[in-house]
Amino acid sequence: MSTEVKDAAAEAPVKEPAEPLFSKKNKLLLTDPLDDSNPITVQVLGICSALAITVQVKQAVVMSLSVLAVMIGGNLIVSLIRNVIPSRIRIIVQLVVVASLVILVDQVLKAYVYDVSKALSVFVGLIITNCIIMGRLEAFALANKPWPSILDAIGNAMGYGWILIAVAVVREAFGSGSIMGYKFIPEGWLISNGGAYAHNNLMILPPMALIVVGIIIWIQRARNTKLIEEH
Amino acid sequence: MLELVNIFIKGIFIENMIFAYFLGMCSYLAVSKTVKTGVGLGAAVIFVLGITVPVNYLLENYILKEGALSWLGADFAAVDLSFLSFIMFIAIIASMVQLVEMAVEKFSPALYGALGIFLPLIAVNCSILGGALFMQERQYSSIAEATSFGLGSGVGWFLAIVAIAAIREKIKYSNVPAPLRGLGITYIITGLMGIAFMAFMGIEL
Repeated sequence: MSTEVKDAAAEAPVKEPAEPLFSKKNKLLLTDPLDDSNPITVQVLGICSALAITVQVKQAVVMSLSVLAVMIGGNLIVSLIRNVIPSRIRIIVQLVVVASLVILVDQVLKAYVYDVSKALSVFVGLIITNCIIMGRLEAFALANKPWPSILDAIGNAMGYGWILIAVAVVREAFGSGSIMGYKFIPEGWLISNGGAYAHNNLMILPPMALIVVGIIIWIQRARNTKLIEEH
Repeated sequence: MLELVNIFIKGIFIENMIFAYFLGMCSYLAVSKTVKTGVGLGAAVIFVLGITVPVNYLLENYILKEGALSWLGADFAAVDLSFLSFIMFIAIIASMVQLVEMAVEKFSPALYGALGIFLPLIAVNCSILGGALFMQERQYSSIAEATSFGLGSGVGWFLAIVAIAAIREKIKYSNVPAPLRGLGITYIITGLMGIAFMAFMGIEL
């Protein structure tokens, strides 16, 4: 899963290598959050939603796209007005920008994919306080020009998205024997139909999301040893 | 009265913000390295949830809900502003946090010293907005019920962060596989604690 998403992200900037728009530094903004500074596994941002809506791949995809849209919009707007925001009230200003964008996303989801929007329930609203968005606004968009801010938003949203989708694939595959609703375990294998296979219902329960993310971190850090913490 | 106690207990154990809904995970993971900071942040969360949930309850029932504006006159009975609830709730939360911070700084410098840096963090703690949104979804019938729900979820969150912080302090002395140290093992322990807390599921209060 990881390599697929990474390739897609790495290819986009390569198309116009001569452009200063995709200078080395800007490319790093896109690729760094996929691994070395991944929002979920390294920066510890945006965990709440990542854990709660990863029972099905479809929900995870919709959530990732919503976060991507809100992040690009939020980073762009905050970066454009960064010089006129008084620093004392910047949190409220950021929250208002993000909340308006989330209301837009929420209304769009309700209009076009109502069943998914129902399943995500309060978690669409919680994109507002998804720390990944506030964190990047605070750490990046407030201090940088619009274009790098957009790249930073895309990079971080992709880094968030691939973990989300990876967790969802594991949970849906083992928990319900399907991916994106397509069942790949034949009905005849199930115990209820005389076979020997049973879905692992533990995978559908919330605590498994934490354990799956923990294992992803384990694999990632075993591969990328400079991320290992002291304790 | 018994109903209020039930909602309070439910908020702590059965509908625990961390173990049942994963709300406020970011600060839970980031600020749980020592018990002392865990207690500080936990206390701040109880405080803020206990204030913002009832305030948002009033907002929801007297301004936002369909027909909530009827106290202004018959003309307003059909107004439904519920699509504005995200932005209104978050504005209330951000400004309440700011107000609480100023009040605590003025009246109790000692408490401010203890909570100080955690208060601003709380505006973006998902458990606070989550509390407001669950309050809206569950339609509590009075402000007392909403307050007891807010305090209960706050105490549940406090309990969770203190527990994980204590475990993390002890786990320093264990031989954890290197790539799992720090964040990784914390996730897995939280998952195991979540499984333990599932024992409370299905208890009817």
